[in-house]
Amino acid sequence: MKNKSLVSINDYTKEEQLRVLELAREFEKNPVQTILQDYVVASLFFEPSTRTRLSFESAVNRLGGKVIGFSEASNTSVKKGESLRDTILTIANYSDLIVMRNPIEGSARFASEISPVPIINAGDGANQHPTQTLLDLYSILKTQGTLDNLHVAFVGDLKYGRTVHSLVIALCNFNTTFHLVSPLELKLPSSVKMHIKEKNLTYHQYTDMEEVIPNADVFYMTRIQRERFSDPLEYERIKNSYNLHHDMILNTKDNFKVLHPLPRVNEIDINVDSSPKAYYFEQALNGVYVRQALMALILGLLQ
Amino acid sequence: MSEKIKELKVSAIENGTVIDHIPSHAVFQVIRILKLDSFDNMVLFATNLESKKYGTKGLIKVSNKFFLPEELNKIALVAPHASIIEIRDFQVSSKKIVETPDHVNGIVRCFNPNCVTNHEQVTTRFTVVEKEELRLKCHFCEKITRRSNMEFK
Ligand SMILES: [Zn+2]
Repeated sequence: MKNKSLVSINDYTKEEQLRVLELAREFEKNPVQTILQDYVVASLFFEPSTRTRLSFESAVNRLGGKVIGFSEASNTSVKKGESLRDTILTIANYSDLIVMRNPIEGSARFASEISPVPIINAGDGANQHPTQTLLDLYSILKTQGTLDNLHVAFVGDLKYGRTVHSLVIALCNFNTTFHLVSPLELKLPSSVKMHIKEKNLTYHQYTDMEEVIPNADVFYMTRIQRERFSDPLEYERIKNSYNLHHDMILNTKDNFKVLHPLPRVNEIDINVDSSPKAYYFEQALNGVYVRQALMALILGLLQ
Repeated sequence: MSEKIKELKVSAIENGTVIDHIPSHAVFQVIRILKLDSFDNMVLFATNLESKKYGTKGLIKVSNKFFLPEELNKIALVAPHASIIEIRDFQVSSKKIVETPDHVNGIVRCFNPNCVTNHEQVTTRFTVVEKEELRLKCHFCEKITRRSNMEFK
């Protein structure tokens, strides 16, 4: 996987994805190393995303590497009208690997095709965010002991959530049964359901999340955003019906875990946080190990 | 006063290509796609001709030019039923219907205003995922451009 950019989750085969997860486990056991000490990673955030940026930078720092870059575009030459092409070609001179977040869709694919150093896509608009998908897979693997044959519920905004789309597509390699819970206006797009059908897997659709809770192994929640609704009353109604409380998860399977890509608003009540079935903060921590594994593989430090 | 000219005949060509059965509204798009507007040889075109099959149709004749199939297949995006007739020595030497290509590079704009191809100098690239209804998947932003929102560069 040396020099192999990661733009979309499908750029890596199932075996390559599993290799990242396997190495992430090694980094989790031993997160502080010096293998990146001779390397410079450029962290180019054309729009702010504090959580993702700090996770990458923490991953680099714990492996002894240096980080250069910017956390928003406002103080850079980009603001002065420099093309993305010129920015990438310039910064590639100063670094061994570029981590990029950019609100323009397709910008990461474009960058990966012109850049002499590999690119990791840390989110390109509504399109892809593959390291989130890898850390979600790692979180599922860790909590369930396997990725195969699980019942995974996706709850909330399934229409616009790119995190959900990529994870659904990735899980299609693992014989998952999908339980899709959303308001009617925010159902999973048919283009994503196509992937499920192509693998002859099963999905069920619901509008009420309580129905799904007893059967789920993984309960993956997402934020429902106000701006997706033209009618504010409709938003208020939906918001209150997609709210997970502690007493709702009392009679779940032993292996049941609640995941969420964060930030949450009010879809998970804070009284869930103390439950051993809440996993969203550990999920975020897993992102550091997965990104360490990914960078070590792409830089050719591990095979 | 001279005789009234009742009919202006589109003259026959000795050697070259005739593109027939173009939808009337697409004639100028075909001219642009094949870059006939900057062509040096004789180019004749007609539009709003009567057609039994389609009501009206357009027609283009290009003298002393034979196109590669991949050049011609590009016009399937706007003229999916166009027929290509090659003329040699005033005789029809071959006749075929255009085929929708598997990949489209350039020509079409990605409909997504937030796509990198609408922000950077980069040639658009699409995979044709549906030939009949015409659905093009953008190589960059991965969104689908359809016939209804297709614009030509
Ligand atoms: Zn595009």
